Amino acid sequence: MAEALIHLAATLAGIAFLLALYRFFRGPSAADRVIAFDVLTIVAITGIVLVAFVEGRGIYLDVALIYALLSFLGVIAVARYLERGL
Amino acid sequence: MAHPLDLLGGLLLVAGAAFLLFGGLGLVRMPDVFNRIQAGTKATTLGTLLSLAGMACLRPEWGLKLLLIGLFILFTNPISSQVLARAAHRTGAEKTVKTSVDRLAEDTGEAP
Amino acid sequence: MSMLMTAMTALLCVAMLVAALVAIRGRSLPIAILAAGLVSLVASVLFLILASPDVAMTEAAIGSGLTTFLFFFVLGRVRGGEND
Repeated sequence: MAEALIHLAATLAGIAFLLALYRFFRGPSAADRVIAFDVLTIVAITGIVLVAFVEGRGIYLDVALIYALLSFLGVIAVARYLERGL
Repeated sequence: MAHPLDLLGGLLLVAGAAFLLFGGLGLVRMPDVFNRIQAGTKATTLGTLLSLAGMACLRPEWGLKLLLIGLFILFTNPISSQVLARAAHRTGAEKTVKTSVDRLAEDTGEAP
Repeated sequence: MSMLMTAMTALLCVAMLVAALVAIRGRSLPIAILAAGLVSLVASVLFLILASPDVAMTEAAIGSGLTTFLFFFVLGRVRGGEND
């Protein structure tokens, strides 16, 4: 039962990853691509947590912790760059 | 028959992944930059928090680390959303024709 | 390696190819830097699937966090020298 629910959740997260990847590939402006990058990072955190559960190793969660800490750094850097430029 | 906490955790996990899917769908379907920021940040924040809560139900011994991850996401995701929206506004991102209110331009005394 | 892990690896490989394509063929420099950060993110998750969390942690901190930030910092400093 829990196995099937895990597989369903991973499938839904994978579809979300593909949709955000499409927006990253097509995005007309730079801001679209930045927000797609942010969404991809957030979905990757969920994917890392799912991998940690399937493999059964709690040490994998440290990578998700680092992404939760650092994901906004790149977004803030590119936002500052866009504000000063253009 | 599975443990009831396992069932609750799995359902929360699926609900969180569904919110992630809605966020991705909004990212593709929304018409302009500000709507995409709205859909892509709020829905995915809720989806990730629900997923982390479900995983904490499945594996209670990972609870502290999952709580830390959730707290960091809860702190940093609105910051990046707000900074990005301000940058898009200052660089003059185009809005849809249905947008009729622009409070930031009114406050800074720019064009109506 | 289970079915789920195989599907996730295939999806991540496709994502890595798309990001590398954007980094190479993109017209503007900031978007290429962002796509390089995305390649690093996907590589980090792939290292994690290959059961090496320490390498994944280093890749996440250095490749996806510090390098992107440093590239944008330097790009803001050297602006005006050349047209993209």
